[in-house]
Amino acid sequence: MVTNAASLGRSGVHDFILIRASAIILALYTIFVVGFIALSSPLTYDAWHGLFSALPMKVFTLLALVAILVHAWIGIWQVLTDYVKPLMLRGLLQFVVVVAALSYMAAGLLIVWGV
Amino acid sequence: MNLNIAVYRYNPDVDAKPYMKDYTLDVAEGTDMMVLDALILLKEQDPTLAFRRSCREGVCGSDGLNMNGKNGLACITPVSTFKGKKIELRPLPGMPVVRDIIVDLSQFYTQYEKIKPYLINDEKTPAREHLQSPEEREQLDGLYECIMCACCSTSCPSFWWNPDKFIGPAGLLHAYRFLIDSRDTATEERLSELDDAYSVFRCHGIMNCVDVCPKGLNPTKAIGHIKSMLLKRAV
Repeated sequence: MVTNAASLGRSGVHDFILIRASAIILALYTIFVVGFIALSSPLTYDAWHGLFSALPMKVFTLLALVAILVHAWIGIWQVLTDYVKPLMLRGLLQFVVVVAALSYMAAGLLIVWGV
Repeated sequence: MNLNIAVYRYNPDVDAKPYMKDYTLDVAEGTDMMVLDALILLKEQDPTLAFRRSCREGVCGSDGLNMNGKNGLACITPVSTFKGKKIELRPLPGMPVVRDIIVDLSQFYTQYEKIKPYLINDEKTPAREHLQSPEEREQLDGLYECIMCACCSTSCPSFWWNPDKFIGPAGLLHAYRFLIDSRDTATEERLSELDDAYSVFRCHGIMNCVDVCPKGLNPTKAIGHIKSMLLKRAV
């Protein structure tokens, strides 16, 4: 068994489940938002504001932000461990990506709850 | 008819870096031969050319190499496959070159050893033999035929980038062969050894292994079964 601490999941199968579960949430969120934009033309500020004012949409958006964090963390870790071999550089790149993803989530949370 | 063949040449004792050397073979019009036969004729022209071969009939897996960008066995690939185009022969990708098209497969064998490629049975030894029903034996079809030529693992990008951590398609095909064997009792231990982020899960299912396997086997399918077993065990 190969051990690692830098990925998000506790094991290979945990990463496998997390990456697929987050992909389902992201796919549903994308379909919903694209569908909403396509079906509510012209898209007005009121319609957009109304959508994000609803609690279920806020929860759905927060779920999608968490899903992006999880998906990006595991996915970027996989790509970096494939292509970036110097340990310090890989650690630094992963740190930057994870901090960016966490920042997006924090910013998204504050923005959505501010609506 | 002239057959144009370029061969990857590298002798670490003499050459500063590898290079491609062009050869021409004069063969009778309308005839065909295997790439290995062509290599043997080339060796008569140039005795310094080095390559591995043994059974010359696709059973031993010694002469795996890269022909015009695709891995395969030289002994069962006819030169007519390349339709008169120049044939470029290179070593199996991603492996350290020992000389010319001979590669060092140590990492490949190390991964194979990791999966414990032998039957483990801690039950009382039967008087004669471990019996299997025809259905149980059928489960091993498409798995036991692997000849360890390394064509699949050396065509897999995941194995190129992590040959020390990812078992690779050949090793995983064998791993599943023992996981599914009704006589093997170490299923749980075998799965525990594989449940990390690299050993199995570095396979992203691009199926290069299936594309190149000279025996027509399907390592991606076997890896999918291992992933299902790991998933069932975890959920």
